[in-house]
Amino acid sequence: MSEPLRGVIVSHAAVAQALLAAVAAITGVHDALVPVSNDGCDTGALAERLTRAIDDKPAILFVDLPGGSCLTSSVRLARGKANVAVVTGVNLAMLLDFVFHRDLPPGDAARRAAEAGSRAIRTPAA
Amino acid sequence: MSIALYRIDDRLIHGQVVVGWGKPLNVAFIVLVDDAVRASAWEQELYRMGVPSEIEVVFASTKEALERLTEWEHDPRVGILVAGDIDTLAALTVNRHPVSRVNVGGLHHRPGRSERLRYVYLSDAEASQLRTLAARGVEVTAQDVPTTPPVPLEDFT
Repeated sequence: MSEPLRGVIVSHAAVAQALLAAVAAITGVHDALVPVSNDGCDTGALAERLTRAIDDKPAILFVDLPGGSCLTSSVRLARGKANVAVVTGVNLAMLLDFVFHRDLPPGDAARRAAEAGSRAIRTPAA
Repeated sequence: MSIALYRIDDRLIHGQVVVGWGKPLNVAFIVLVDDAVRASAWEQELYRMGVPSEIEVVFASTKEALERLTEWEHDPRVGILVAGDIDTLAALTVNRHPVSRVNVGGLHHRPGRSERLRYVYLSDAEASQLRTLAARGVEVTAQDVPTTPPVPLEDFT
């Protein structure tokens, strides 16, 4: 069996760390996700942090916004790599789904995560 | 209205530019001056992804920016011009071009640079470049987002 996917959460400030803590608290899974913040980074420094976080493993990069430094660095890094995919708009729901579906091919896992994240966005009557 | 902000920011177009400054200034266009990005359609698409469709993004080389600066200055819309390093922005201040204020918005850690502010790291040569700009009559301040006070050049060089 191939190695399970690693999820790398790429965010501004401490969003990534907070999401990781929330996933661990809810699921008890501690080894599926790695947080990366862009704090204090230019594009080169952020690329280095991402490279270390991916560590040449198959990975999904969960980026906070669909634009900006987190996204540009992530897409540059994933470019040409069949075992790395990028999803934007990371939220807790998509991460909770992802940690239990890490055996999918990266492209399928990314699509599944995006769908799970989208389904969580609702406007319930109050 | 013309270009409301000339910004040096090594992240180029990102959240602070599009949202932090773009919203309060009601920006209609962003000029990204970067020779490498200008030469790569793929890189341009990447930067365009972070910008709402109602904001025009113009990609220019330093040479093109020098040629079009007056045009952008006379644009009735509000714009932001972003460059990733001091050299590029300094090049736009020659030949009596009307750049009167420069915002240092983000220059991050690299070997040879030391921390001047949380978001500004400079080598001694870069600090000197900024002082030279100021000596030419350009007002240089550091300010990452508009809700923080601008920091005068003498306080970070």
